[in-house]
Order: sequence, then C-alpha cells, then structure tokens
Amino acid sequence: MEFLILIVSAIFVNNFILSQFLGICPFLGVSKKTDTALGMGLAVIFVMGVASIFAWLVQKLLVALHVEYLQTISFILVIAALVQLVEMVLKKFAPALYSALGVYLPLITTNCAVLGVAILNVNTYGVATGLSLLQFFLNGVFSGVGFTVAILLLAGIREKIEYADIPKPFKGFPITLITACIMSMAFVAFSGMAG
Amino acid sequence: MKSNGNSINFSQGLKQKGGIIANGIVKNNPVFRLVLGTCPTLAVTSGAVNGMGMGLAATFVLVCSNILVSLLRKVIPDKVRIPAYVLIIATFVTLVQMILQKFIPALYESLGIYLPLIVVNCIILARAEAFASTNKVLDSALDGLGMGLGFTASLMLIGLIREFLGAGTLFYGELAGLQMGVKIAAFESVSMNIFILPAGGFLVFGILMAVINAISDYARKRKEEKEKKQIALIESAEAQQRISEAFGGASEKNGVNEVNEDVKTESGVELKNAAEGGND
Repeated sequence: MEFLILIVSAIFVNNFILSQFLGICPFLGVSKKTDTALGMGLAVIFVMGVASIFAWLVQKLLVALHVEYLQTISFILVIAALVQLVEMVLKKFAPALYSALGVYLPLITTNCAVLGVAILNVNTYGVATGLSLLQFFLNGVFSGVGFTVAILLLAGIREKIEYADIPKPFKGFPITLITACIMSMAFVAFSGMAG
Repeated sequence: MKSNGNSINFSQGLKQKGGIIANGIVKNNPVFRLVLGTCPTLAVTSGAVNGMGMGLAATFVLVCSNILVSLLRKVIPDKVRIPAYVLIIATFVTLVQMILQKFIPALYESLGIYLPLIVVNCIILARAEAFASTNKVLDSALDGLGMGLGFTASLMLIGLIREFLGAGTLFYGELAGLQMGVKIAAFESVSMNIFILPAGGFLVFGILMAVINAISDYARKRKEEKEKKQIALIESAEAQQRISEAFGGASEKNGVNEVNEDVKTESGVELKNAAEGGND
C-alpha cells in the first residue's frame, strides 16, 4: 500500500512538470510531435531509474566520508558520466533501443529533472535503510512516467493547435505555456489525494 | 590631438562594453527571448523577493563561471570541455549554497531544491559554451553580468505580477533579517490563489511572452515603415535629380545658360533648387 501511494503520488500528485517545475526545457522543446515526445519520455524514465540507484550509492559514500557538501558536484558528475555510459552500453547491446532513444539521451544530462529527482530522493527518504534504495528506484522510475504522461498530453494538444488560428503574438511558446497552465489546473485536482 | 583620439577610442570601447551588457538584458533576454532556464523562472517566482534572490544567485554563478571558463579557455582540451564547464559551474553553485545557508537562511529555505539546480540551468552552460569559451575575460564577465541581470529582471517581473495578483502584496518578505515590502489590505481579500499555484506561473509567463512578442513585432514594423519612408525619400530625390538633369539638358539645348553645369557637380540640394528653377 505504501508503495502504491508512492507511485500514484510520483505520477499524478507531485507530477514533475506540472506541479514541481522540473524538466520544463524538454517539456517545451521536444513536445511538437507525439512520437518524439514518447522517445524523450522513455529515455527520461530509463535514465531516472538508473540515476536514482547511483544517487543512493553516491550519497551513502558521501555520508560515510562526512563530505555531504559535495552532493551537488558529485551528483552532476555521476549523472553526466552515467548518461554517457548508458549511451555506450545501449549502442553496443541494444541497438534498436539506442536508435529509438537516439538524440534524446545526451540532452538528458542538462535535464534538471534527473538531478532534481536525485536530490529530492535524498531529502525525502535518506539513505539510512536498505528499503530506501527501493523507494529511490520507484520514485525515480514513476516520476519519469509522470514526466512522460505530461509531455505526451502536451504533444497531443500541440499537434492539434498547429492547425488552429492563433493570434500572431501567441504563436509558438506563449500558447504552449497557456496550454500547460490549463493542464496544470487539471492536475491540481490530484493534490491531497495521496497525502 | 592624440588625447582627443584616445578619448574617442575610450568612449567607443565603453559603448561596446555597454552593448555587451545591454544585449543580455534586452535584446537577447535569456528568459523571454532565448527561452532558457525556464524551470527556476516558473518555480521560484511566486514572490518578487524569491525571484530576485534566485536571479542574483544565478548572476553570481554566471559571472564567476564565465570568468573562469574564459581564463581557462586555452587550457581546457576541446573534447572534455563540457564536463569541465559543468564542474566549474557546480563548484560555484556549491559556494553560493554555503554562503546563503550561512548568511540568508530564509532565502536558502525558500529556494530549496532549485538552488543546487542552478548547475543544470541552461543559461549558464550556454553562455560558457557560446561566449566565454571564445572571448576575453572582461567581455565574458560583462556578458555574464548582462545575462544575469536580464534573468533577474525577468524573474522579478514575473514574481511581482504573480505576487500582486495571487496574494495582494508587493515585495513582501524577509531578506537578511529585514522586513520589507507592502501588504495591500484591499487586494488581499480579492486575491486569486491560482497565480501562486504552478498554473499561474505558466499563465503569467505565457501572457508576458505574448505581450513582448507583440511589442517587438510593433517596433519592427515601425522600423520597417521608417526605412520604407527613407527609401521613398531617397527615390524621390533621385527622381528629382533625374528630372533636373533632363531639364538641365533641355536648357542646355536651348542654350539658356551654363550655370546649370556648375550646379550639377555640387550637392543634391542645389540640384533640386536648380530643378525648381528650371520648372519656373
């Protein structure tokens, strides 16, 4: 039950984009078409799941060495290295998946959602128990799912908006932001659902 | 004479340096024009004070990292430059975190997770890559300052609007132990909570961007019209010149005088006069 609450909360209640403002850049940049949005979403789920596990290990090490203030530097380095590694491993062993995720993988290094989920995990769960590793991983993966849901919904709407008659100053980013505003209003309804 | 030349050079240099700063604030405003760093833009702007704090923290990191990247631009190998930049930026972000935690703990708390996330703020990496890695130290520092101030100004503007509409206050908050800002009692009771919520952030940002697009469109149209007018003026002057030449040729044929010949070699204004004279 606890994990069910964690999952629902990660996808809907604390949706990364619409209620926490993490990962807005790819949300606005890669949401023109549904298939590219799906590719980005899958890449984010993958990297966030793996990065959460590594964040747990790194934080454990930092706590053991009493150098918690190095958190920001070590996390960003680990994530950058990890993305590179994931890219190489995928290229070698799963070329189909690699070509599907393709250009989105390197973009993820500068996606604040990945660093964000690592820091949030440390702040909420800590690394004291072995159970927290599972919490880290689940939160990482399902926050990624929440990201994918939001970016897919927006991409679907943007495909339709393409053909609508919009006042000229609103074309492009402004109308996308206002669409996101209305989506965010809908997601407010989830707040309080899972504590 | 020499000192005069120097002062001209100096003022031109000053103008150029000012141009670098203004470029970041107005022409290439990172938030509204380049659409970089949108996450903190939306997340911390529920109040103007928070926006300002975030903006200034980012400005500090931006200036410092630009200076260091520019200093090391000949040392860092091309292949590992991105990780090197990220490391430089992360160092300064950690520094800012420590300073804020020590001296302005209230701001540290309210910026929360977005403070360490300055590391992945695309503005900073983008300026390191696009400007500091190819320019001199002073120019890079000024570019960082301009971009940072542009970022701060945009954040404060969004924060101000959201705070006013959402909570009915202006600059309300505590900064370094100082109570500041005003609370407007009349607006407090009719404030719209939606503007403080994430949805309000998207809405205000979107509408502001549309307004800025409309203004810059209008300015461009005005400029184009002005240019068209100037072109028309030049064309009409040329036409008059041609007319006057034709008249001049005609008068020469008639053998009236040789003055027209002299006038033609001088400025166009006199040519015009001559043409009018010809008309008469």
